[in-house]
Amino acid sequence: MTKKLVTQAIMQCNEQGNKAFVPYIMAGDGGLQTLKKNILFLQEAGATAIEVGIPFSDPVADGDVIQQAGERALAEGVTLRKIMKELASFKEEVKIPLVIMTYLNPVLSYGLQSIAADCEASGVYGLIIPDLPLEESGLLKDALKDTEVALIQLVSLTSPTERIEAIAKAAEGFIYAVTVNGITGVRSSFTEELEGHLERLKAASSVPVLAGFGISTPEHVRTLGGLADGVIVGSAIVTALHEGDYEKVQTLINASKNQLTNS
Amino acid sequence: MTTETKGRYGKFGGQFVPETIMTALQELETAYEEAQLDPAFSKELDYYLKEFVGRETPLFFAERLTKHAGGAKIYLKREDLNHTGAHKINNSLGQALLALRMGKKKVVAETGAGQHGVATATACALLGLECVVFMGKEDIRRQELNVFRMELLGTKVVSVDKGSGTLKDAVNEALRYWVSNVEDTHYILGSALGPHPFPQIVRDFQRVIGDETRRQIVEHEGRLPNAVVACIGGGSNAIGMFHPFVDDQDVKLYGVEAAGSGISTGKHAAAIAGKQEGVLHGAYMYVLQDDDGFIQEAHSISAGLDYPAVGPEHCHLADIQRVQYDSVTDQQALEAVQLLSRVEGIIPALESAHAVYYAVQLAKEMKEDQLVVICLSGRGDKDMQTVRDALGGQSI
Ligand SMILES: Cc1ncc(COP(=O)(O)O)c(C=O)c1O
Repeated sequence: MTKKLVTQAIMQCNEQGNKAFVPYIMAGDGGLQTLKKNILFLQEAGATAIEVGIPFSDPVADGDVIQQAGERALAEGVTLRKIMKELASFKEEVKIPLVIMTYLNPVLSYGLQSIAADCEASGVYGLIIPDLPLEESGLLKDALKDTEVALIQLVSLTSPTERIEAIAKAAEGFIYAVTVNGITGVRSSFTEELEGHLERLKAASSVPVLAGFGISTPEHVRTLGGLADGVIVGSAIVTALHEGDYEKVQTLINASKNQLTNS
Repeated sequence: MTTETKGRYGKFGGQFVPETIMTALQELETAYEEAQLDPAFSKELDYYLKEFVGRETPLFFAERLTKHAGGAKIYLKREDLNHTGAHKINNSLGQALLALRMGKKKVVAETGAGQHGVATATACALLGLECVVFMGKEDIRRQELNVFRMELLGTKVVSVDKGSGTLKDAVNEALRYWVSNVEDTHYILGSALGPHPFPQIVRDFQRVIGDETRRQIVEHEGRLPNAVVACIGGGSNAIGMFHPFVDDQDVKLYGVEAAGSGISTGKHAAAIAGKQEGVLHGAYMYVLQDDDGFIQEAHSISAGLDYPAVGPEHCHLADIQRVQYDSVTDQQALEAVQLLSRVEGIIPALESAHAVYYAVQLAKEMKEDQLVVICLSGRGDKDMQTVRDALGGQSI
């Protein structure tokens, strides 16, 4: 299998002169029925792909905003199984690839073979599992071997060069470059070394590089988008959707358009 | 899961952590390997263990408890006599010295009962390290005085009201803090848990318990014990006690989990009894969880056993049946607190009382010329309020 669907979506977007914009949403925040509405809205608003977050009892890689959204979703009784079913129910209407972001334990509980078998029927073409680093990723990679589903790895820009290169070499779909030392959440500034780090990463990688963690303003989207192939925006989108501020979401997405000249 | 990676105990263990922590874990692994090879490091640790902690701790023949049980001779390994009142200081001190060696100026830790928090606050005060401890809101309520102790020692205690507001949530917060401050901060994990190399580091710093016991029992009795019993929260006192005996097939090892209100009620902390495998806090272990893979809250009268998983090495020792794991309820532990207090003049921690209860039952079934050692992991001062409330608040 080529596992190219997510990669292609990003490259096509880049070819049209835009940076990729991948919003993160917490599935089930506001009830499971909002999932379809939010996904179709984001697709319409110009998202390149959508990262669908699965709530978890112990989200160690997440900051306050996403933790709270997760707790709201858990209170709604949302689970990975319910989300996969719901996604499958309106798959025909979704034209952009969905990527699921979940911690490992719900996936183990769902079953590695089962999730591999079910993803495509739900329109899911990528999995991001923050507590599954390269060293531990073998089993899931095996399970996904005969599918179109990419196992997307995160890379920390402060990691040693050899490690970054090893991850880049094994990368599928895109590389999720963590732009800050820390957890998800809103940040006011990024380190100055970021530019060099992202450039080295792009050079080492055969798949697109998206920058994520802490991107929260149109300004961030422009700056970091300019340094990478696109951005992932989490906490700011989650907050805006929670507050029903669709205009803010649109403004963020718009900031990723027409900006290939920057890079 | 059988992926070949570092820090595996059979199929358990591993490094299931966010990428942002991987570099810190590798740095820790290297620093620890170097420290192990450096005689100056163990010399310094030994110095503090002797002069500051008060090691070695006695292996005490519990004559009246033995009579009470009416079977095997019972010995108590007196970890309760350590400075700060439990075995936790063995690990905190070792890791604080390691932090200094790595050039880190700050330490973060989690705590449940507050024992590990107090031990870490103490080691940090001793060595001049800045310390912040995350503690569940519920535990802060249960262990008010330990919070005050930590503050008196110059540590900042941060209340965690996320999730269930207990130990697992405090670990989540400590991990988040560590990821965000990894450049100048070391994480002193308090039990034989977490991603590699933590389970190994914690075990190595706790194995002084088992090493001393092995030597002391031979001094007293001229032979090894027939059985060794320890309570299991995350598993640090137990693994430290068991490890030097693992190759002695004639020494039976017993780990005692907290059965809370009873395994059948679902309100317990006995992850091995629960038999469900999963990943929590960076390691593949037996974990209490529901059908969707969400981690469940643990329940025990003793805050120190109130964790929904058991360290990976224990999971493996359970799997290969080298150690037998059983459980003891809140009520039984309370009985043991009273029993040991009355017949030996030693008030045990509620955690340790689980081991005491189990060992007394075990001794009854054994012959009079056989030997049982209990790891008395801590003293009961911290639990007086809880025990009094549980006994109905009356004078006894
Ligand atoms: C006295 C005492 N014993 C046992 C434990 C349980 O921890 P572990 O299983 O890591 O020894 C604790 C934890 O706080 C404790 O304070």
